[in-house]
Amino acid sequence: MTFMEHLPALQVVVPMLSAPLIVLLQPRGLAWAGATAAGLASFAIAIALAMAVLDGQTQVYAMGGWAAPYGIALEVDAFSALVLLLVTGAGAAALLAARVSVDRQIEPERQPLFYAAWLLGLAGLAGIVVSADAFNIFVFMEISSLASYILIAGGPDRRALPAVFKYLIMGTIGATFYLIGVGLIYMMTGTLNLADMQARIGDVVALNPILVAAGFITIGLALKAAVFPLHVWLPNAYTHAPHMVTVFLAACATKVALYVLIRFDSMVFQDRLSDHEFQFTLFALPLAVLGILVASSVAMFEGHLKRLLATSSVAQIGYILLGASFVSEAGITASAMHMFNHALAKGGLFLAVACLAFHFRDLRLSELGGAARRMPLTCAALVVCGLSLIGVPGTAGFISKWLLITAALESGLWGWSLVAVILVSSLMAVVYIWRIVEALYFQQASAEGDTSFAEAPLQLLLVTWAVALLNIFFGLFPHLPLALANGSAALLVGGAP
Amino acid sequence: MIPETAILTAICLPLAGALAIAVAGRISPNLREATTLLTAAALIWVVWGLLPTLMAGGRPAVEVSEVMPGLTIAFRVEPLGMLFAALASGLWLINSVYSIGYMRGNKEKNQTRFYVCFALALAATMGVAFAGNLFTLFLFYEVLTLSTYPLVSHKGDEATVRSARVYLGVLLCTSIGLFLPAIIWTYMAAGTGDFVHGGILAGKLEGPAIGLLLGLFVFGIGKAAVMPVHRWLPAAMVAPTPVSALLHAVAVVKAGVFAITKIIVYVFGIDFLFATPSSGWLLYMAAFTIITASLVALRQTNIKRLLAYSTIAQLSYVVMAAATLKPLAEVGAAIHMVAHAFGKITLFFAAGAIYVASKKTEIHQLRGIGRRMPWTMTAFTIGALSMIGVPPTAGFVSKWYILAGAFEAENLVAVFTIIASTVLNAAYFLPILYMAWFEREEAGAKAHGEAPFAAVLALCITALLTLAFFLFNGPVIELESQVVRALPL
Amino acid sequence: MKLLELLGYYNYWVFAVVLTVGLYAVIRKRNLIKKLIGLSIFQSAVFLLYITMDKVEGGTAPIIQKGVPDQVFSNPLPQVLILTAIVVGVSTLALGLAMVVRIKESYGTIEEHEILGAD
Repeated sequence: MTFMEHLPALQVVVPMLSAPLIVLLQPRGLAWAGATAAGLASFAIAIALAMAVLDGQTQVYAMGGWAAPYGIALEVDAFSALVLLLVTGAGAAALLAARVSVDRQIEPERQPLFYAAWLLGLAGLAGIVVSADAFNIFVFMEISSLASYILIAGGPDRRALPAVFKYLIMGTIGATFYLIGVGLIYMMTGTLNLADMQARIGDVVALNPILVAAGFITIGLALKAAVFPLHVWLPNAYTHAPHMVTVFLAACATKVALYVLIRFDSMVFQDRLSDHEFQFTLFALPLAVLGILVASSVAMFEGHLKRLLATSSVAQIGYILLGASFVSEAGITASAMHMFNHALAKGGLFLAVACLAFHFRDLRLSELGGAARRMPLTCAALVVCGLSLIGVPGTAGFISKWLLITAALESGLWGWSLVAVILVSSLMAVVYIWRIVEALYFQQASAEGDTSFAEAPLQLLLVTWAVALLNIFFGLFPHLPLALANGSAALLVGGAP
Repeated sequence: MIPETAILTAICLPLAGALAIAVAGRISPNLREATTLLTAAALIWVVWGLLPTLMAGGRPAVEVSEVMPGLTIAFRVEPLGMLFAALASGLWLINSVYSIGYMRGNKEKNQTRFYVCFALALAATMGVAFAGNLFTLFLFYEVLTLSTYPLVSHKGDEATVRSARVYLGVLLCTSIGLFLPAIIWTYMAAGTGDFVHGGILAGKLEGPAIGLLLGLFVFGIGKAAVMPVHRWLPAAMVAPTPVSALLHAVAVVKAGVFAITKIIVYVFGIDFLFATPSSGWLLYMAAFTIITASLVALRQTNIKRLLAYSTIAQLSYVVMAAATLKPLAEVGAAIHMVAHAFGKITLFFAAGAIYVASKKTEIHQLRGIGRRMPWTMTAFTIGALSMIGVPPTAGFVSKWYILAGAFEAENLVAVFTIIASTVLNAAYFLPILYMAWFEREEAGAKAHGEAPFAAVLALCITALLTLAFFLFNGPVIELESQVVRALPL
Repeated sequence: MKLLELLGYYNYWVFAVVLTVGLYAVIRKRNLIKKLIGLSIFQSAVFLLYITMDKVEGGTAPIIQKGVPDQVFSNPLPQVLILTAIVVGVSTLALGLAMVVRIKESYGTIEEHEILGAD
């Protein structure tokens, strides 16, 4: 086998094996460097994989040489490649920028363990994406979840602890639901391999257990993905987590759960359960619409910068689910694109927040007066990413809005009302982003506050600006993610092999 | 320069200028302003260099990137866009001269940011003017909105921020809420969004849907300030006067009416729309806006707000002319953009000059000011006469064409509206002129002279242009006639 | 007959009851430790489900013996799976308890409503 063929396995193995090595690297600078190297390596692997599957091929890797369905298979197709790109990209970018911010928030002696947990989280998320085996997905899901509980609770903010506890309870319930669903399917089909499941589910006579399984899996994953109204764990967890952890998790963690959800619903169930499309739409569409509208309205009145952005994430998850709920090629394309674009926009926004946190201990909007004068570059990057979140043309966010609206219009009679929902929520995004802008640019600095020029450390600022510029780049040249998203859609609903 | 290169240069030049201005601003104000003037002059050279090609019937086009299949960033120069670009670039230079006088005279803060954003706004304006399809137009339309926000909120105090919020809110809400769905609808119905002679929608849509789509476009393009989406324009008057002058009398509002005209001509096609009864409402809406805005203007006491409402009315002239759907009226629409631009920029320059010299902002304070500022008030008078449409000013030419188009369409509502609004225009401008020239200054008023030389120079040039356009409008009319004449595209 | 058939699925009933008991405890209990106990019970229910499905009547351990043809095996795979799931469950529980310890350290209580009141 050539090196290229091992890439799907290396995608998981590199960060996973680096984690224990990091713990051994006691000097904290070295731990950071090691973790970043591992993060960049996984990103490079993801890019190589994306290039390899661009033409519609699927990279299959049989663990230990045992072919599926007996062995555990890893598979990378266009959809997984896209999600891998954003997971490892977010991981690598956040790690690159992390050093200075983590130094301030994590005690030096705990840093090697912190970075190890980070890499385990990365390995878990990547593992979910490359697995072609339902149970394996569960295991990786729990690895990534356990790692992210640790990461979120790792900061100095004690409010993170109850938030993590809530996340842990809800996350475990979600994972267990998923496990029940997988068990039921295994009972009826005798296989755990996703492709095999898809093939064998056609022979199942008694469909009730499959239906129950679909329910358990959908709800379990919706919990993990923070789909409204199962999102209650998310805002507090993201708000009180260390800033760099928020960057990493907000960019990709929930999207991976959505990835599994979309994959299961459109590959395994859709073929067999009659009316499954209809049921899925009936379940997902109202939740998506409610999530978009309710979360956006809450964000409009939120006073804490980080929680505002976290709440907006719930709305954005609604967009992704909305696209998926059309169960059409256009819908899945829009959904996959929005995963990518939202990761860019939200990642950039939280990076800018991490920059701001260097000089503003309190991140409530009312305390951010004069920020633009002190940190003009940070604030400008934040505005660029904010525009992308709104979906202004020329930014990445616009591409997914366009695709989503096109998909909604294609979906028939309801299309126009959904377009209205998307547009109204975009306007709500204008409101909450502009509240931030006005707070940063026009609010009077508090009397005792320092008003001198004081930008964030260069390393952090560079990464922030790189992400901000990527938001514009992918708004003008979205060809790579778009090709992968189109490939995903063809794969999932278009009937392509 | 090859026309294709010139298009891209016209857009990149102000961008590069913005960068250079930002750098120069750190070194010295003189260097910064020299950079601005130099960029503006270079832009004129580039844009006006395209004129001969256009006059000869050439339609240079260039495609930059295919963002998504069918969705491209592409530019194509045609007579309407050429006129708009030539106008905006030409007035930018004059405006920069004026800005230097105004900003220095007023000792404004953050001048570098001001000049940088101004250059960015001009880049966006060039993009709007040369856009070859709806998507490109929308892209630069939004860039224009965003790049002018810092200009409107320049002062940064609470009242300004609130007005700027109205400005941005109305423009973004209308464009995202209405313009964007209209564009997507067009792309889905026609399969393309390219600007094509004769339109792309004929046969693709029918019945009331056409009227609805037209409505989405017209109200989605909030910059055209057709009532009821005009609120941002008076709000934007909190900006420094050069901003009001160039952007809110020339670039921004003109981008709005220009976009509407372009969409009517190149997306719908005038023949197609004329045959569609459901599109008739636009003309009445525009007529309503003209009359109402003029009535509101009558009651204004602040000079800039009066000019703002006058602008709203004048913009709807263009919309109404475009909606008349007759060749002569379309030419009238294009010419009125130019005529109004010359007149209104003169008026704003004069209002700004008065503010710099005397800090006066209200109309009743203008008694006898003609003696103190004869140059400024002469220019103001010429501008006001052009607004009313009195020969020998530019306003007369365009009104002539619009009226001719209205007669051609046998549309009495349009004819009546033009006559009524001319009377109203006279009713709110003539008292000001009378007050300024013939009434006596209040006792105890502070003595003051003219505004800084740069400002006076600029407003005299625009006043002269207003007069000159009455005499030398041949090339413009010839160019714009190409819009309605079938030409190879 | 119908009733008997339903009762015949008694292990599934046990699964459902244990699952519900666990879930109830997680939702209802205010004490964080009790919540974790509930979570454990909840997860145990799933272990029961998996063990149930692998049982083949008369089946033995899946070890091939010489001279015994056509042996009936219980399905070994779910047992393997559930071993993994138990490991995952134990780790989650351990982490949860660690969180409780840290919550106790910084808030001085492990009652949910008191913690919520504290910030």
